Amino acid sequence: MDVLLFTFFALVAIVGAVSLVLQKHPISSALSLVSVMVALSVLFLLLGAEFIAAAQLVVYSGAIMVLFVFVIMLLNAGAERESRKAGLAQFLGLPLTAALLVFASYVITQSMSNAKAVKFGAFTGGGPREVGWALFTQYLLPFEVTSILILVAIAGAVVLARKEID
Amino acid sequence: MSQLLPPGFFTATVPLNAYLILSAILFAIGAFGFLFRKNIITIYMCIELMLNAVNLSFVTFSYQFGKVDGQIYSFFVMVVAAAEAAVGLAIILTIFRNRNTLQIDEIDSLKN
Repeated sequence: MDVLLFTFFALVAIVGAVSLVLQKHPISSALSLVSVMVALSVLFLLLGAEFIAAAQLVVYSGAIMVLFVFVIMLLNAGAERESRKAGLAQFLGLPLTAALLVFASYVITQSMSNAKAVKFGAFTGGGPREVGWALFTQYLLPFEVTSILILVAIAGAVVLARKEID
Repeated sequence: MSQLLPPGFFTATVPLNAYLILSAILFAIGAFGFLFRKNIITIYMCIELMLNAVNLSFVTFSYQFGKVDGQIYSFFVMVVAAAEAAVGLAIILTIFRNRNTLQIDEIDSLKN
């Protein structure tokens, strides 16, 4: 069952990611990204990260993607036009990303020889209680700094998106 | 029911490396899209895809070490991504208002 769920949702994630890159229209890309995020939240659940799976659904595929779709619709963004200039990325992009993938896979398979097998339910330390406990004891200072970051982000977004009144 | 399924169907496990390699694949696809696409919003979504791939790695290592710390890191990545999305989309809004385009190769007034 674990293998079936992992294979299915990993395929959904990869197909969604490829579709995100290949779609010409931003709205199609955004919906592909939502499918990737939902698939990843199921994978988080399989890894025992219940709270992160819920936060992934609420924060990412809920809030952030709604923001994206909102901006796409607000700007009335149409399909992407073909670029007239072929940059360096056009030639080097594919080999370099393929090299990155091969190198990362090599490092993973070489260095993770003591890797556990993933079984759903084997790790139970990812519920809201455990996450909250770690967040409010060991990680209290980063958590509080985060609130300042969000305050700055709110102020910045309001200032940037405000219409000039003059 | 259990006769129809192959043996070990309910007990088979997934190797941890499969999750890490999936994360690497998603990151590489995101990096590829970041390099190739010309629409600023799509590029932004590719960045979000890369952040998600890294989150998957964090949660996988959290499973490997049996600690919740990796999940806390991915929680912080999510918070920073939310702040980044708000500010970044406001910047995109301003760029569009001033230049009336979303193509990154048309936003080149700093060139030359």
